[in-house]
Amino acid sequence: MNIVVCVKYVPDATADRTFESDHTVDRQGVPGLLSELDEYAVEQALQLKEKREGEDVEITALCVGPASAEEAVRKALQMGADKGVLVADDAIAGSDAVGTSAVLAGAVQHIGGVDVIMCGMASTDGAMSVVPAMLAERLDLPQVTLASKVESQGDQFRIQRDGDTSTEVIGATAPLVLSVTDQSGEARYPSFKGIMAAKKKPLETWSLSDIGVDAGDLGLSAAWSEVADTEARPPRSQGEIVTDEDGSGAEALVGFLASKKFI
Amino acid sequence: MSEVLVLVDHVDGAVRKPTLELLTLAKRLGAPAAVFIGASPDDAVAQLKKYGAEKVYVVDDAETKGYLVAPKAEVLAQLVEKTSPAAVLVVSTAEGKEIAGRLAIKTGSGLITDAVEIDDDGTTTQSVFAGSYTVKAKVTTGTPIITVKPNSATPQEGEGKGEVEQFAATISDSAKKAKIVASQPRKSSGRPELTEAAIVVSGGRGTGGDFEPIEGFADSLGAAVGASRAAVDSGWIPHAFQIGQTGKTVSPQLYVANGISGAIQHRAGMQTSKTIVAVNKDDEAPIFELVDFGVVGDLKTVLPAATEEITKRKG
Ligand SMILES: Cc1cc2nc3c(=O)[nH]c(=O)nc-3n(C[C@H](O)[C@H](O)[C@H](O)COP(=O)(O)OP(=O)(O)OC[C@H]3O[C@@H](n4cnc5c(N)ncnc54)[C@H](O)[C@@H]3O)c2cc1C
Ligand SMILES: Cc1cc2nc3c(=O)[nH]c(=O)nc-3n(C[C@H](O)[C@H](O)[C@H](O)COP(=O)(O)OP(=O)(O)OC[C@H]3O[C@@H](n4cnc5c(N)ncnc54)[C@H](O)[C@@H]3O)c2cc1C
Repeated sequence: MNIVVCVKYVPDATADRTFESDHTVDRQGVPGLLSELDEYAVEQALQLKEKREGEDVEITALCVGPASAEEAVRKALQMGADKGVLVADDAIAGSDAVGTSAVLAGAVQHIGGVDVIMCGMASTDGAMSVVPAMLAERLDLPQVTLASKVESQGDQFRIQRDGDTSTEVIGATAPLVLSVTDQSGEARYPSFKGIMAAKKKPLETWSLSDIGVDAGDLGLSAAWSEVADTEARPPRSQGEIVTDEDGSGAEALVGFLASKKFI
Repeated sequence: MSEVLVLVDHVDGAVRKPTLELLTLAKRLGAPAAVFIGASPDDAVAQLKKYGAEKVYVVDDAETKGYLVAPKAEVLAQLVEKTSPAAVLVVSTAEGKEIAGRLAIKTGSGLITDAVEIDDDGTTTQSVFAGSYTVKAKVTTGTPIITVKPNSATPQEGEGKGEVEQFAATISDSAKKAKIVASQPRKSSGRPELTEAAIVVSGGRGTGGDFEPIEGFADSLGAAVGASRAAVDSGWIPHAFQIGQTGKTVSPQLYVANGISGAIQHRAGMQTSKTIVAVNKDDEAPIFELVDFGVVGDLKTVLPAATEEITKRKG
């Protein structure tokens, strides 16, 4: 079984993230890392492999991003993925979701014979939650996305999806696109052994021409949507803070709510 | 005037409020044309009309029901082909975003997700990076496909023609590859829907697992109940109540955070609330940086006392 885990390299969400003057994400001033939500995807890929003891299962971590994104692929290798692929090309910079999904789909096709494309529920920067659905559309594969639970037997997959108004069980046959939520199970930390082993694992960097994707369709200038303006939200002006003493807090709270006509 | 397709989000024919918000926004771009995929459309049609739908495309769901997302994207793609709309608006739910993503690829169109505002010229406003940035963007290629967050507009009544047109879509076999094998509707708590509520009262690790003070206070205000991930991960409340990056995004008139520290991932789901109030016993909790009003105190005493006072005032 051939599993590709899509891992994104993102600016650290706990740092002060900003934009460049061309409205693309500032990737220099903020440390980057493997999107935390993609760790859950790596974890589920590893669990799939572990459950299929005796079968030949290979996990490839795939990332589309700048050269520095190698760090995200490396982390996936440390966690236990078998090999890594980074598609890096200046022409990709500033791509929208449509463009990014085209590159990912091209890379998956170039890898060939992929049974499961495993994704996270959302990136922690763009957070659109659309790339897995776009990949399924582009590759004409079933999508079983936003899984809180994954079960499989042979090429049959069943997932639980906790929807807005109901919980559903979705079934499909591989090859397919799967995405998992942060409810699917804690992601493991790389062990010392894993960190050492990752140093020897293959990690290739491909350009667009390597995977046969046309650079003309990609990047900031070719994006199908355009950002006109990015503006830091003015900090909320400091509100009134009271300290509760013998019931004064509740009284003040109710007073505030009444003054704002919430009562 | 071009049509603006609005995908109707409904549960067994009952239209959910965010769809009415979309109709209101759609009027700025063209003639709102609702797309109802399902059975028993009558009540829905009446309501869609009342909120300005000039047209309602009714698509029988015999072929789309029981499958995940893909068939609905096919329906919309065929309607886009037929009507060349000025835009397609979809509610920013998990399902809505995935439908929109597939539709963008199918129709060769740009996609903007999680808009909180749309201008007359189609420029959208998004609130990104956990609400710390505001982004203005516009689709430049194909049919603008925009998903809009609930509570982004106030639904405005205004009778449309509400002309019903049955639309027969063809669903491909490949769209039926992911089947819904079982479905369990979520039990209603009897409280307002989290993403639609005007007031949300939420609890975090500071509740210590006892949500009674939270629920009592919420009920006195007619509010929905929410939670932080710490409370969800502790098993105190189901994930459906989680607010934040990996839970729901809420944007109510009033948000009251109790025993919640205010981590960036929690802020991502509530920072655009109009008024923010917090009760926390740590005066240095980051949540206090966001609040319009804060009480440094124990929620276990503050909330029950406040609940009692509100109930008394309401008589
Ligand atoms: C603040 C912000 C707002 C944006 N708004 C828009 C917008 O409205 N429209 C638009 O078209 N683009 C937008 N973009 C650009 C868009 O986020 C990127 O093109 C991105 O690569 C795809 O979307 P996502 O990161 O939201 O992915 P999601 O759809 O949230 O990602 C889901 C999963 O797909 C996989 N994945 C996604 N990207 C990669 C990658 N590069 N490498 C490997 N795996 C990946 C991961 O498994 C991830 O968990 C925005 C970007 C930012 C930073
Ligand atoms: C990838 C990722 C995604 C995440 N997604 C989400 C998300 O969607 N939503 C989310 O909420 N979190 C999310 N988190 C987790 C987030 O980082 C925080 O861990 C979480 O929000 C903390 O919850 P909390 O504020 O309830 O708990 P804590 O941070 O432990 O805070 C508890 C607070 O309660 C106060 N307190 C204690 N006792 C009392 C009392 N008796 N009365 C009053 N106050 C009291 C304390 O002073 C403290 O401030 C995510 C994290 C990651 C890494």
